[in-house]
Amino acid sequence: MAKRTIIPFGPQHPVLPEPIHLDLVIEDERVVEAIPSIGYIHRGLEKLVEKNEWPEMVYVIERVCGICSFGHGWGYCKTIEGNMGIEVPPRAEYLRTIWHELGRIHSHLLWLGLLADAFGFESLFMHTWRLRETILDIFEETTGGRVIFSVCKVGGLRKDVADEKLAEIAETLNGLKKEFRELAGVFLEDVSVKSRLAGVGVLSYDEAAALGTVGPVARGSGLNNDVRLDGHGAYAELGFEPCLETDGDCYARCKVRVREVFQSIDLIGRAIAKMPEGEIAAAVKGNPAGEFVGRMEQPRGEAYYYSKGAGAKFLERIRVRTPTNANIPALVKTLQGCDLADVPILVLTIDPCISCTER
Amino acid sequence: MASYITKSPWIIHYDGSSCNGCDIEVLACLTPMYDVERFGIINTGNPKHADIFLVTGSVNEQNIPVVKQIYDQMPNPKVVVAIGICATSGGIFRECYNIVGGVDQVVPVDVFVPGCAARPEAIIDGVVKGLGVLAEKQAALAKGVRDAEVPGAYKYEEAAEETAEAAAEEIAEEAPEAAAEKAAEERKEEEAV
Repeated sequence: MAKRTIIPFGPQHPVLPEPIHLDLVIEDERVVEAIPSIGYIHRGLEKLVEKNEWPEMVYVIERVCGICSFGHGWGYCKTIEGNMGIEVPPRAEYLRTIWHELGRIHSHLLWLGLLADAFGFESLFMHTWRLRETILDIFEETTGGRVIFSVCKVGGLRKDVADEKLAEIAETLNGLKKEFRELAGVFLEDVSVKSRLAGVGVLSYDEAAALGTVGPVARGSGLNNDVRLDGHGAYAELGFEPCLETDGDCYARCKVRVREVFQSIDLIGRAIAKMPEGEIAAAVKGNPAGEFVGRMEQPRGEAYYYSKGAGAKFLERIRVRTPTNANIPALVKTLQGCDLADVPILVLTIDPCISCTER
Repeated sequence: MASYITKSPWIIHYDGSSCNGCDIEVLACLTPMYDVERFGIINTGNPKHADIFLVTGSVNEQNIPVVKQIYDQMPNPKVVVAIGICATSGGIFRECYNIVGGVDQVVPVDVFVPGCAARPEAIIDGVVKGLGVLAEKQAALAKGVRDAEVPGAYKYEEAAEETAEAAAEEIAEEAPEAAAEKAAEERKEEEAV
């Protein structure tokens, strides 16, 4: 039997901008076991609920993660709105859906770029990140921020977007779609990309279900648990169909995300075409009392938001359960038996957001 | 001699406990929209290759040793740039129980770039300001100043030893009084018994 060695991976590692630590137990070049340890980014922001009044807490929850920040803000507002029984005006729901899908496009493009960087395709990384700037420009023009927006509030939105601007966004996204089609061709057809991804880190449907995976990791294994199917926001009226793949390998997870970029562009197009007129915020009176759980489909998968209020300015408890947290068991599973050289790619294909995981 | 390092410095980035907002903005600086790579500025993963240390997010007990290790492994002259309000003071997370504070609590910081998230333009500006500091430190080194005397060059192991020595001295100084007090208390207790 070969000698066992432990190789530490992270917390500071070139492939990930974020710190996660893995102890990789290897025999020769094969990983036998991976032991994750987290806690490098833990801030304890759920506890800030005792120091911030609930209308202000949305700004803290938005900073759970700087990549899917709009989604987190929306998730928090959703649980408070559910708690207080607030009816959000349809225009606000449509605009929220548009911003959330824009967030998904930017998150997936960011991930595709990092993946290209991880398998050594530097120019592909640069080109995906160039396209991502188009989305950030739209964000900056409509909300004022590039990564943190603070545009969502309990009851609706703080800013409206003019109809002319929306038409402009639709046009920009059509241009983006054309440009991304070229890049998608490289991700889906290039021989060298395929050779690094196909057949690596296979996660079967049963394993994906048993390990409780969420988001593109689950959908890459054919597991359909997309929260957008429950029709919150404007999804019910936009005719949403999740993107599913069945192979369960890194290549399938990459395909799901590439398809979701196109899907999000289409969803935004339909939302802009159907955009209702009217108010963007409902009146909010009183304080939340009681408990409520809201669910959101973040770019990385399903996120839970729990709130408990006692009719006071300060909530009693906020709990956020984020998608990467749910996908780490699947990562540990797929790392067993893989080559040491594939570890960075496997770590990346769950699209780890450590900042979300640890909060 | 002074030119190569300040024209195309290599950077190393570590995410303290940031929300990712500043991290991706640091990466955005390197990609085509802002493209600092055209000047030969490269994001390296190896501390021994790096001239400028970019830290995003504040520090906590678990990542303090990591930040110190990276800093100590970097060769002199080196510059630390704190990116974002969290790295500067703790920002919105300042009151969280697991936050120690800004990066300056752990390593000497040369340039602070506030903002939530810090914009790429601001980050680039901060790095450019850092280049000035780098040039000064390099000039000092060229004059034959010892490593330890370069401003900001500070070895943590040595510092820890110094603090330990100082603490030991303090204890030694206080010791006679403390011992006398303790003895007095014990005597009182004995009398009470």
